Amino acid sequence: MNVIKRMTVTRSIAALFAVLAVLLSPSMATAQDSDVALRQAIAGLGAEKGYARLREAINVVAQTGDPRAARVLGALTEGDVYRRADDGAVVIVSGRGQQLTLHDPVTGEAIGTAPKSALDKVRVNNSVRRSVRAALGGLTLAAGDPDIRMTAARTLIATPDPDSLAAIEKAISDEEDDAVRDALENARAGAILFSGADPETRIAAIETIRNMGGQQALSLLARMPASPDQGVLQAAEDAAASVQKRLQYWGLGQNIWYGVSLGSVLLLAAIGLAITFGVMGVINMAHGEMVMLGAYTTFTVQEVMRTSFPGLLDWSLPIALPLAFLVAGSVGFALERGVIRFLYGRPLETLLATWGVSLVLQQSVRTLFGPSNREVSNPSFMSGAFQLGEISVTWNRLYIVVFALVVFAVLLYAINRTSLGLRMRAVTQNRRMAAAMGIRTPWVDALTFALGSGIAGIAGVALSQIDNVSPNLGQGYIIDSFMVVVFGGVGNLWGTLIAALSLGVANKFLEPFAGAVLGKILVLVFIILFIQRRPRGLFALKGRAVDA
Amino acid sequence: MNHIARTFGFIALGAALTATSAMTPASAQEDTIKVGILHSLSGTMAISETTLKDAMLMLIEAQNEKGGLLGKKLEAVVVDPASDWPLFAEKARQLIEQDEVAAVFGCWTSVSRKSVLPVFSELNSILFYPVQYEGEESERNVFYTGAAPNQQAIPAVDYLMNEEGVERWVLEGTDYVYPRTTNKILEQYLLDKGVAAEDIIVNYTPFGFSDWQTEVARIKEFGSAGKKTAVVSTVNGDANVPFYKELANQGIKAEDIPVVAFSVGEEELAGIDTGPLVGHLAAWNYFQSVETEANASFIEEWHAFTGDEARVTNDPMEAHYIGFNMWIKAAEAAGTTDPDAVIAALPGIEVPNLTGGISKMLPNHHITKPVLIGEIQEDGQFEVVSETDDLVPGDAWSDFLPESKKLKSDWVDLKCGNYDTEAEKCIAETAMAEPATEAAKSN
Repeated sequence: MNVIKRMTVTRSIAALFAVLAVLLSPSMATAQDSDVALRQAIAGLGAEKGYARLREAINVVAQTGDPRAARVLGALTEGDVYRRADDGAVVIVSGRGQQLTLHDPVTGEAIGTAPKSALDKVRVNNSVRRSVRAALGGLTLAAGDPDIRMTAARTLIATPDPDSLAAIEKAISDEEDDAVRDALENARAGAILFSGADPETRIAAIETIRNMGGQQALSLLARMPASPDQGVLQAAEDAAASVQKRLQYWGLGQNIWYGVSLGSVLLLAAIGLAITFGVMGVINMAHGEMVMLGAYTTFTVQEVMRTSFPGLLDWSLPIALPLAFLVAGSVGFALERGVIRFLYGRPLETLLATWGVSLVLQQSVRTLFGPSNREVSNPSFMSGAFQLGEISVTWNRLYIVVFALVVFAVLLYAINRTSLGLRMRAVTQNRRMAAAMGIRTPWVDALTFALGSGIAGIAGVALSQIDNVSPNLGQGYIIDSFMVVVFGGVGNLWGTLIAALSLGVANKFLEPFAGAVLGKILVLVFIILFIQRRPRGLFALKGRAVDA
Repeated sequence: MNHIARTFGFIALGAALTATSAMTPASAQEDTIKVGILHSLSGTMAISETTLKDAMLMLIEAQNEKGGLLGKKLEAVVVDPASDWPLFAEKARQLIEQDEVAAVFGCWTSVSRKSVLPVFSELNSILFYPVQYEGEESERNVFYTGAAPNQQAIPAVDYLMNEEGVERWVLEGTDYVYPRTTNKILEQYLLDKGVAAEDIIVNYTPFGFSDWQTEVARIKEFGSAGKKTAVVSTVNGDANVPFYKELANQGIKAEDIPVVAFSVGEEELAGIDTGPLVGHLAAWNYFQSVETEANASFIEEWHAFTGDEARVTNDPMEAHYIGFNMWIKAAEAAGTTDPDAVIAALPGIEVPNLTGGISKMLPNHHITKPVLIGEIQEDGQFEVVSETDDLVPGDAWSDFLPESKKLKSDWVDLKCGNYDTEAEKCIAETAMAEPATEAAKSN
């Protein structure tokens, strides 16, 4: 079960540059003679129009085998390669605006500036980027950084090419890193599948691919050119079947993980409501807007970080957490003091009033921040995914699962172990008795409501990582939140946890078969039937407290 | 702060305009020609429609600086249908009957358009509809300046097939009329092109869907069968951001499985970190990055009008630009803003679009447009990677659906929006009022 961090294209190309820059400097002097050939090949990049011609030109550049070609090819995928209009020279540019800095495509040295109008961009599309990636794969096999060699090896697995067999063999014999060597062995096996090797070698390669497993193995086996040899065909079929079987087990695990992840989002959205609705009994339709306020707080914090403290950008989420709690909490406090306290015991009016408040909050945010989505970027530690067997686990989802559980635990502690929690429970269980004991019940009401709203604000910080930060953010969660709280049993935090997780998992198991739309309907129908049987939800409170 | 000031400015402007329109004495009405703007300024659709209202105000202001129309000043009447479909019909009625506007520019969702159709045919006014839509409609009182499916979806699929060599297709959409109709057309088109039925999957998700893990994993799995795979996305509005985030996080790169979208433009990308999306595609008839003089001055004017250099322009804005200029030209040709005269004058009117061509209003009330395929860039703009040689005429009734193949729309000679060429008769002239049950944004 190897856990490998997968890099995004941009990042790996950037890293590649850094390493190449170091590598290139000493090799420059010795490579004078190949200079001419390389420059000639690079000139071809700007010579012809059309993507097909450009792809050919890229291959010509790659065939020079000169590691310095990686610079211009990398720049090409970034859209930084231009053709000078007057003499047709190919240059790499940097900088923005009308005046651009030109760099030599081979050495990368600055060679002056030119206005944008005097340059034609060498246009690239996906097919060109694919060619570049394949070409770079061959060129970077000898890089110093094992991460870059790994990326190169992976590229070779994805784009098997019998012509690169010799290069791979050489790389395997030079390789010192075990993981990279394994990847290279797989790449070799892939290339063999596509070559005209004898049946025995191919069967051995099929075995290697089978051990590699995963979607990629299936894909290689499916794409492999048909062989006249019966043994090869049989081996390929067996291997595909066994890989398929393994994938099915992993598919099961994947569904559970997706379910838990969806469940944690539901839990986050619902947990604040479990306080305001579950414990206090207030039908708070503005709950979603508290989540939205939390998300906008995150956005504001991130903007401030971006403009004033760029170094702290990755810390904007931890900084936003307490602020979001305070913002949403104080809005909740004001809402309770200003509106809800006059409406206790009148659920219908509460519903209408809070719904009105939700519209007011939405429109105010729309007026302040504008109607369009706001960008909250993922901090670097929350981007990307890692591979757990055949499941790709995205970091942001993993963090949200952990975060949801932490919030749940803290809330549970606050309610069961702190003095505010004690008063809270006392007031909700028997208001008059609590008042007689000297508890300021209106004050406790306000604080409880503020706590629930603050938790919703914290949920907003997390949800800003996976959803739109727009004035409508909250609307998408309000129905689901009520569903979770009602299903779990009103007034019971553990019920909320179980309900959120089981609804998430049920949803994800239904989705592949029934589709997202029907899946959601089926879950709703199930809840309706369930509530018919058990009106108080999964974990009903028993005893006198219920009727208090 | 600038933003807030601007927003308040618009609110004040809007309020002032509505106030004047309500209080205008009879004498003042003689001096201006009123133009109705029917776009949601609140509710779920405000995200897309507010920009179009601003664009219309800018166009009207510019026209007034040029001397107005027929010797009179234009006056914008802004109403807010609040993303509420039945309210669209009410507000449309108010604009036509109470404010007596000469023409209305508005609507975004198909369902809001369907909701106002009966009003426009009953009161005989003109609606310019600026958004790409599913086709299968042609009304006497409506002019469709957005793309029909043959001006967006089909060329995009052709590009993927020819340039990228795509053989397997995922048609991913939000569950409502536009994606369902478009996907029906596309599926038939792909089957006609010889794509095997098992190489196509069609999947729908609800509005505002945010948990894309299963769908993206499925796309990944479908795409690893060895044939080049692409996703054709009619996923709408708010659901796009989580969709693209999930694609990026699960490591699906545009080089491996490109996603071509019909509802994602510059405005939508403003809410996403576009770094991981570079290379995914969109098909439109206009991109802000198109380098023409007309476009450069349009963008400059837009930035000056909004006072914000960061505001982007998009395709429906260009559609309003074309529609508004067509209306001006038709009214000038007719010498009046009387709806019947303008409706008769509009077909055949030609105005320059922002991409360097001349768009023409066709007898079926659709227009000719170029089709551009763009790849998403790091800065949230699109770079054009393919462009049709000529302008493509909009086709109201798709040739790829058996039931609409035989229909023809011609308001000049046949005076009919759904003429049956087999039975040689006009089917019906009723505006379809379909129950407005859909919940959110559409195109």
